Amino acid sequence: MFKSFLGGIHPKDGKELAKDQPIEAMPLPTEVVIPMSQHIGAPCTPTVKVGDMVKRGQVIGTSEAFMHADIHASVSGKVKKIDVLPHSGRISCQAVVIESDGKDEWVEGMPLHRSWQEMDREDILAAIQSAGIVGMGGATFPAHIKLKPSKPVDVLIVNGAECEPYLTADYRLMLEEPDRIVTGVRILAKILGVKESYIGIEDNKPDAIAALERACEGTEVKVVPLKTKYPQGAEKMLIYVITGREVPCGGLPMDVGAVVQNAGTVAAVTDAVVEGLPLTERVTTVSGDAVRQPKNLRLRIGTRYRDVIAYCGGFSQEPDKLLAGGPMMGFAQFSLDVPVMKGSSGILGLTKKLTAHGKERACIRCGRCVKACPMGLVPSMLSILGERAAYASARDDYGVMNCIECGSCTFVCPAKRNIVQYIRLTKGELRAEMAREKAKAAKGKEEKK
Amino acid sequence: MSEEAMKQPAPPKEPTFVISSSPHIRDDESIDHIMWQVNLALAPAAVFAVCWFGIPALINMLVGIIFAIGSEYVWQRAMGQPITAFDGSACITGLLLAMSMSPLLPPYMVAIGSVLAIVVAKQSMGGLGFNIFNPAHIGRAALMVSWPVAMTTWSAMKDAAGGVDAMTSATPLNILKLQGYDALVSVFGGQSEMYQALFLGTRNGSLGETSTVLLLLGGLYLIWKGYVNWVVPAVMILTVGLLTWICGPAGLFTGDPVFHVMAGGLMLGAFFMATDMVTIPMTIKGQIIFAAGAGAITVLIRLAGGYPEGVCYSLLLMNAVTPLIDRLVKPRIFGAGEGK
Repeated sequence: MFKSFLGGIHPKDGKELAKDQPIEAMPLPTEVVIPMSQHIGAPCTPTVKVGDMVKRGQVIGTSEAFMHADIHASVSGKVKKIDVLPHSGRISCQAVVIESDGKDEWVEGMPLHRSWQEMDREDILAAIQSAGIVGMGGATFPAHIKLKPSKPVDVLIVNGAECEPYLTADYRLMLEEPDRIVTGVRILAKILGVKESYIGIEDNKPDAIAALERACEGTEVKVVPLKTKYPQGAEKMLIYVITGREVPCGGLPMDVGAVVQNAGTVAAVTDAVVEGLPLTERVTTVSGDAVRQPKNLRLRIGTRYRDVIAYCGGFSQEPDKLLAGGPMMGFAQFSLDVPVMKGSSGILGLTKKLTAHGKERACIRCGRCVKACPMGLVPSMLSILGERAAYASARDDYGVMNCIECGSCTFVCPAKRNIVQYIRLTKGELRAEMAREKAKAAKGKEEKK
Repeated sequence: MSEEAMKQPAPPKEPTFVISSSPHIRDDESIDHIMWQVNLALAPAAVFAVCWFGIPALINMLVGIIFAIGSEYVWQRAMGQPITAFDGSACITGLLLAMSMSPLLPPYMVAIGSVLAIVVAKQSMGGLGFNIFNPAHIGRAALMVSWPVAMTTWSAMKDAAGGVDAMTSATPLNILKLQGYDALVSVFGGQSEMYQALFLGTRNGSLGETSTVLLLLGGLYLIWKGYVNWVVPAVMILTVGLLTWICGPAGLFTGDPVFHVMAGGLMLGAFFMATDMVTIPMTIKGQIIFAAGAGAITVLIRLAGGYPEGVCYSLLLMNAVTPLIDRLVKPRIFGAGEGK
């Protein structure tokens, strides 16, 4: 058995709500809203005009910037509107609205059938880049950039931990389509030139482990059962548990020779390389105690939450929170009009019963957060320093920038302190200050000239 | 508007959602629950105190609790703060204060101690979480300097034969300090009888500190529930045991660690005061330093100081250095330097 990381928590996982629901393709929505920012990096600019007819898989947004991933139409139909519309991660964002013609036609030439073994590295990378694949666990880092690391790597890790409560999309994918994942892992291993590839899965999903182990037979890919503990799927924890290597403070996985990709991302890579299909759909868990029929749905990018929830029977109880992603790190939504995006791992409706907690009080120094922190920080102090606007001390004395915002500290806090929120405030203020100093230094340089 | 129009069904209401920063779920633990659990863990020893010392013990504990909660309530009302007087923490302070003093102490002194503990040591610092010192200990120390005689007057206990003996109206540590170890053993009628009395609690002392077994029971409950890290009481008790054994009356390694561990307020202090979340370091490493320091100072006071017992002052002294320990002893940040 592999070693565990320090800290971590064991929340009630709520996975029983959706875990036995096979992946189901939701019928085409009449309209999709496709935001131009679905990745970390520069937002895309629309390449279509209102009134244009588009086919599924057609590029509708791109950017000159290095850090971006192309965006494709997820249905065939007519561009109805291009406007600033609600967005699940940044409140609002430019989006292309496509009215479906119901035909669901691919761009000519798709899908392809080709053998990835016969393709060379550059062709495979190009296929991934043109498919617009991003990290589908929620971080949405463009995959083609991550697959060209600037440092030597020797291990590929596929993240199938799915440690967020309620989410079961990766689990269903691994259980139902293990071959798609294993093929994708082998493709990525070829690109990176690594000999070791691992798929890490929490041991609360024994049937997915078994399915993947069968699919891995005869390949170099190894399935690694992991201890069920949140945040097992955090990149740094996963690398440490599987390889024993610690990503240094402020560093990236490639600093310890590792590349991590989410299970869903790997499946999308298979589609992109073998069939030449861009990323236009994904598997998302729709769950929570307020949703009448929790499901794991294959959804077109751009499907509105409103349509998704309606397909799941609507709300059975009054929801208190609508979440994009899991309950530990997901984003609270204000509107049902936000659309599904490449990084949408879950859509959750939670009642007050789950989200309510007592009033925030002063820290009683119980140390539960210190014990829970997987990064070895002192969250209670960070919350107090954030509250008092002592941002520099939080950085210099307590290493606030190392926080991965997993939420374990806030989850266990008996004083119900919003520790992560204070930390986000601190980090935001520090980043703003850094930007100001940078601008000032640049200005000073210019004046000297 | 006509009644007809009023009766028409309202259009389906769009749900409104709460927006907040993640995480969106919390566990069930709360300050109130933790505090009342600690009170529960103190209950066996408190009940025994009433059986052993009688009604005065009950009165003193009730007075301690009522004045602690009451003064916290009045303070919070007067200052316009949210009322948290009933969260269990004031109750612990009042109860611990009464339990750490003689059952003969007049109730009005207990009341004054309680008020001082809450108002001076806790609320004037900013309330629960901000206090540097354990409030119960501040209350006890204040009474100690105000009424030293009353604070060191102990019950006249019945001796083995059933009569009242002047000799026994002192705590075992008192006897040790003033008359030596042999006199102490003879009071109990033998070493094993002495150990038995100390273990069960059938001896003189502060009203809640006597029963080693019941304090152990409460302490183990807190450890089992996860509110106390076993390392903290273990280190404090072992430090006291080790040092008293080494620094014996007749030279090195002639001490009686078993006696010192069970005597005085060590069990009460190690399980219920050295583990007071608010006033001890937050990291395990820091807590070990705290516990070892408290144990060492306790022994220093017992063996070389003017007082027979040193648990209260040792913990107060270590409370004072807790912010320093917390500043110096931090966990290793993941990814920082060599850490395999």
